[in-house]
Amino acid sequence: MAKKIESTAVDTNKIDAKIPAGPLAEKWSNYKAHQKLVNPANKRRLDIIVVGTGLAGASAAASLAELGFNVLNFCIQDSPRRAHSIAAQGGINAAKNYQNDGDSVYRLFYDTIKGGDYRAREANVYRLAEVSNSIIDQCVAQGVPFAREYGGLLDNRSFGGAQVSRTFYAKGQTGQQLLLGAYSALSRQVGKGAVKLYSRYEMLDVVVVEGRARGIIARNLVTGKTEKFFAHAVVVGSGGYGNAFFLSTNAMTSNASAAIQMYKKGAYFANPAYAQIHPTCVPVHGEFQSKLTLMSESLRNDGRIWTPKKKEDAEAIRAGKKKATDLKEDERDYYLERRYPAFGNLVPRDVASRAAKERCDAGFGVGNTGLAVYLDFSSSIERLGEDTIRARYGNLFQMYEKIVDENPYKTPMMIYPAIHYTMGGVWVDYELQTSIKGLFCIGEANFSDHGANRLGASALMQGLADGYFVLPYTIQNYLADQIQVPRMSTDLPEFTEAEKAVHAKIEKIMKIQGDRSVDSLHRELGLIMWDFVGMGRNKEGLELALEKIKAVRKAFWTKVYVPGVSADVNVELEKALRVADFIEIGELMARDALMREESCGGHFREEYQTPEGEALRNDEEFSFASCWKFKGEGEEPELLKEALDYEFIHRQQRNYKA
Amino acid sequence: MWLIDSSIGRKLIMSITGVFLVLFLLFHGTMNFVVLFSTEAYNAICEFLGANWYALVGTKILAIGFVVHIIYAIYLTFQNRRARGNVSYAVSKNQKSVEWASQNMLVLGAIVLGFMALHLYQFWAKMQLVEINHKLGCHVDENLLTTAANGAFWIKYYFSQPLYSILYIVWLAALWSHLTHGVWSALHSIGLNNNTWMSRVKVISNIISTIIILMFISIPVYFLLGGGNNWIV
Amino acid sequence: MEKSINITLKVWRQAGPKAKGEFVTYKMDNVSTDSSFLEMLDVLNETLVKQRKEPIVFDHDCREGICGMCSLYINGHPHGLDGETTTCQLHMRRFKDGETITVEPWRSAAFPVIKDLMVDRGAFDKIIQAGGYVSVNTGGVPDGNAIPISKVYADEAMDAASCIGCGACAAACKNGSAMLFVAAKVSQLALLPQGKVEAAHRAKVMVAKMDELGFGNCTNTGACEAECPKAISISHIARLNREFLSAKFKD
Repeated sequence: MAKKIESTAVDTNKIDAKIPAGPLAEKWSNYKAHQKLVNPANKRRLDIIVVGTGLAGASAAASLAELGFNVLNFCIQDSPRRAHSIAAQGGINAAKNYQNDGDSVYRLFYDTIKGGDYRAREANVYRLAEVSNSIIDQCVAQGVPFAREYGGLLDNRSFGGAQVSRTFYAKGQTGQQLLLGAYSALSRQVGKGAVKLYSRYEMLDVVVVEGRARGIIARNLVTGKTEKFFAHAVVVGSGGYGNAFFLSTNAMTSNASAAIQMYKKGAYFANPAYAQIHPTCVPVHGEFQSKLTLMSESLRNDGRIWTPKKKEDAEAIRAGKKKATDLKEDERDYYLERRYPAFGNLVPRDVASRAAKERCDAGFGVGNTGLAVYLDFSSSIERLGEDTIRARYGNLFQMYEKIVDENPYKTPMMIYPAIHYTMGGVWVDYELQTSIKGLFCIGEANFSDHGANRLGASALMQGLADGYFVLPYTIQNYLADQIQVPRMSTDLPEFTEAEKAVHAKIEKIMKIQGDRSVDSLHRELGLIMWDFVGMGRNKEGLELALEKIKAVRKAFWTKVYVPGVSADVNVELEKALRVADFIEIGELMARDALMREESCGGHFREEYQTPEGEALRNDEEFSFASCWKFKGEGEEPELLKEALDYEFIHRQQRNYKA
Repeated sequence: MWLIDSSIGRKLIMSITGVFLVLFLLFHGTMNFVVLFSTEAYNAICEFLGANWYALVGTKILAIGFVVHIIYAIYLTFQNRRARGNVSYAVSKNQKSVEWASQNMLVLGAIVLGFMALHLYQFWAKMQLVEINHKLGCHVDENLLTTAANGAFWIKYYFSQPLYSILYIVWLAALWSHLTHGVWSALHSIGLNNNTWMSRVKVISNIISTIIILMFISIPVYFLLGGGNNWIV
Repeated sequence: MEKSINITLKVWRQAGPKAKGEFVTYKMDNVSTDSSFLEMLDVLNETLVKQRKEPIVFDHDCREGICGMCSLYINGHPHGLDGETTTCQLHMRRFKDGETITVEPWRSAAFPVIKDLMVDRGAFDKIIQAGGYVSVNTGGVPDGNAIPISKVYADEAMDAASCIGCGACAAACKNGSAMLFVAAKVSQLALLPQGKVEAAHRAKVMVAKMDELGFGNCTNTGACEAECPKAISISHIARLNREFLSAKFKD
């Protein structure tokens, strides 16, 4: 219920999201009609740095170069094609309404706002829904082989949190195909010389000259040397910070360092507590484990989730005395179907994850750790036949069997929630500009569109929307005033000082020569995050987490050991620099979670729940995006609030029961 | 010139010369096969393919085909070795689906070439070459001249010696191996293949290679089994 | 359930691109059979770090078989013996107790070693940059359903497009040829009407770039297909040959 009281509780003076005036459906058109543009002759004179080559970064770099800007594009892997967007499986949403099932831009907008538990900006989400259709057209034109029907038209599947089929897909590899599409567009510009590509480079700092972002310091991961780069504007699309948990579905090099450097240079960090825990991942199975593997959400269409009804059975299974298949139908507790009869196994991700945790915490978990529940396909196989199930999920079943060495056609899969995506990120305004002028942030790295929880198949949509259709416009509104600014020398004091600071940090780490490996510290941090800043959070735990994270920080800066030298390939050094920043983001997450005394989406405070155990929002006090402002090392950051005034949507308690 | 500069161009040359040589083998095999039924008919063909202009043109084209095929084989192998780099794998194994012949075409080719030298010495040098020399007015052995068109005589002469029969069988086995990969590979390189035809092309290739080799090999086998001694040549 | 094995690892160590490399032997006890091959290497690296030695450098990222970053020639096979598997998906249960495992980097002139097991696969990017795209700018494209595409072609294009660019094809090829990689892209785009428009040009420039970068000549051994973690068929090579030759004959 949008009451007036919200705006009084929030200091709106400090944060200006620059939302264009006018009716919701016309904001973006109005913006485009009135924004400033840069003429072609001037574009050639302007340099833009794009950090990251995922869906957002690659699409932005390609689109900006097509427009005529000089683009410098950085990626941490050996090739832009390997950015972690590639691992997205299920699909990408768009409001095409090809299925004639009543979809529309407004409905996609509404579902996204609701899925995000009313913690996203209306104007941004509406724009996202608006450009979603162009993304599909663009990708088809690039030769992305989307799944098609026999008639030759595009096929759709349905995903959680929606009542229409609006998800476009390419087998179970949609992220890969979309990324390769963007990569091909980027490669075309690299071939033309419009984009200069720097692979195996890691951004270590952003350079601010007279209050505007004017370049970056990056480390060449092959030579180990740092280099300075100038640009008229800097765009960062460096992904999320889920790896603060050590074990996540993120790639090994996914990191928060670029975001943390921006934060430390003055960009606000928004909603760090909003992290998505994906319910269907392969459970943790040993101490040596390096990462968690996601099993697509689509599996919940045909799989039924259960744990044993009796604790004795769960104990027997954990001890290896019983098998899942030994339990009869009436000995199984299909707890999602029991608790949420209307949505059953297809409740949103945050709800499914918490329910699994509740069962395991109560002692009903399976697997040798007790931290797993079953995802059972036997009734679907009985109903549809093994071949149908194989056609739908064959590659996922095969992937599961490779990891766990069990045949999911015969025995139920074991799954458990894992950190997957971070909705929080660097604060940006409607133009995707951070609180530092000339510094833009796109894709998962920013905080903008998903509120407190992201719906399935919306991450790909947002990344490409930002890169293809939003940033290439909004950045011109900034650059139009920069055409008089000549290219600057990287010998300016701001550059050399930034580089010096980076060197000092590297040398400091190299000199510690302690007795703790980087990974052991990272694991320690991850465990704290999972135990206290994970699926279930409470005041006591979060306060404890803040203490423990301080201890990890101290251990890191006194005991870490990095072998080798800094001027060479040095993987341990790379990891150390990232872990130092994961400690920062970990602390910020705990701090934000502690501040937000309500439950919403991916943020669940145990003190704030309904009698049935559902998330209980507090719109009166917490209808804002929390923006954290860095105040110096060792200082507490300052909390600023961007009010979320819902002009067009009526807020409700999410209900997936009936 | 893209036939030399590009890898697919070079492969096209390999394929075309290869297919051409396969056609020659098919013809040569069919001709040889005739001797099992009628030595006279066989000798008539030998006569026909003596030092006549059309046979000579054919021989020259054939020789060019051979030479190009061999030069390209060596050139390609040299390039491929270089592409592999200076350090080779300490352990390298093949998956089961990788045919042995496909990995050893140059070796098989060299074996084929070696035996071919023997074959040319034993047959061609005593038949067509004699006639050519004779026509050119060079001095030739009278005895050789009388048997120059008598292919059946030479067949009987060599294959009655079991050692030669066995050597020829070994040679033909190597040739068969070379062909089983060569024929489908040539079609594939020309682009005449797709998912549906993949296994069919390989079967066709095996059938062609086997037919050619069976026709050739039937003669030494025939002699090994004791046939041919009653030939009047 | 969980078992453990003892193994001996022979790992290629090379300090830099120009340095001389050699095999170094490491004995590892109690390796969990549930761990992946890369997790086993993590454990080894953790031990090396504890011993104040430099850990083994190897490429890896997503660890779920899709980014194509991991490589490693394991016991004579790229990505190990298992079919349709990347190194990150290979698990230690596939090895026997007491086994000696030889780990080498990709060996190809076009993939020079950077350090230890890490190689430079930038050549693949250069090939794509030469023409592995459809020349469309952002915006101004027709509706996604404007051109119906046969499901058969779309599916075959998808199979080709599933290439992860890991380089196993070129690493496995005795000729050091990158034909499967190039063919997968040429074939994917030639099968779709959007890509058909410049198919001839694409085939020519991509092949030219491939040759220029020093990859070998394809002799259709099929080793690439057999070792490809995504099982991409060499029938795409036939299509590439067809596209290339018809383009050249048209000139």
